Amino acid sequence: MSDDLLYRRPVSVWWWTRKRTYFLFVMRELSSLFIAWLVFFLLLLIRAVAHGEAAYAEFLERAASPWLVALNLVAFGFLLLHAVTWFSLTPKAMVLSVRGRRVPPAAILGAQYAGLAVVSAFVLWLVTR
Amino acid sequence: MSTRRLRFHAEPFVWLAFSGGGVLAAVLLPVLAFLFALAFPLGWIEPPSHDRIAAVVGHPLTFLVLLGAFPVILVHAAHRFRYTLYDGLQVKHQGLVAVLCYGGALAGSFATLVYLGNALTG
Repeated sequence: MSDDLLYRRPVSVWWWTRKRTYFLFVMRELSSLFIAWLVFFLLLLIRAVAHGEAAYAEFLERAASPWLVALNLVAFGFLLLHAVTWFSLTPKAMVLSVRGRRVPPAAILGAQYAGLAVVSAFVLWLVTR
Repeated sequence: MSTRRLRFHAEPFVWLAFSGGGVLAAVLLPVLAFLFALAFPLGWIEPPSHDRIAAVVGHPLTFLVLLGAFPVILVHAAHRFRYTLYDGLQVKHQGLVAVLCYGGALAGSFATLVYLGNALTG
């Protein structure tokens, strides 16, 4: 049967504002936009670093302007939302077993937070030592 | 049947990049975003000198890690945003949306290669 023959009940564009869980779902999905922005921002940093000391200083100064700080605060919030929801989702999407026994979801969750901590500590050490 | 088996499907690979990029974004991006978008510009932490940051950014290992990570994260974001537009905002022009999303990720990946390459100190 062609899709065109099926009746589809029209759904409002604002369907996700009606329930908290729907809203959180759409916010979680929207994190993608802010993740792309943060990668773009880091690319601009890399470009400035390659251009020399003055360009790097100018980049840091511009990044301190109120609009960019506001945008980056929002983006960072969305990034944390992504990280937390992604970590909680992994044990549900991926069932691991070791010697025939299922790895408990809490262990997968813990391993991911440990990974985040190790990577964060390493990067902090690398750029500030 | 045989033609079916030979046909190339991109979708599984996009989903693979989606998962990998989701993990990388969750594990690698928070510290980078916190330091370079907030803590250093706002002076919460003393920013590294240009010499220091140029040495880190220009290191071949940084080149390899970020050239591996950024494009995958961008594909993750493109894939997710594509479906947000379809399902959340019910955008009708699905072909155009896909081209814009993945095209953006491709452009970003190319920029990653160029900027990281320029920053390489060898």
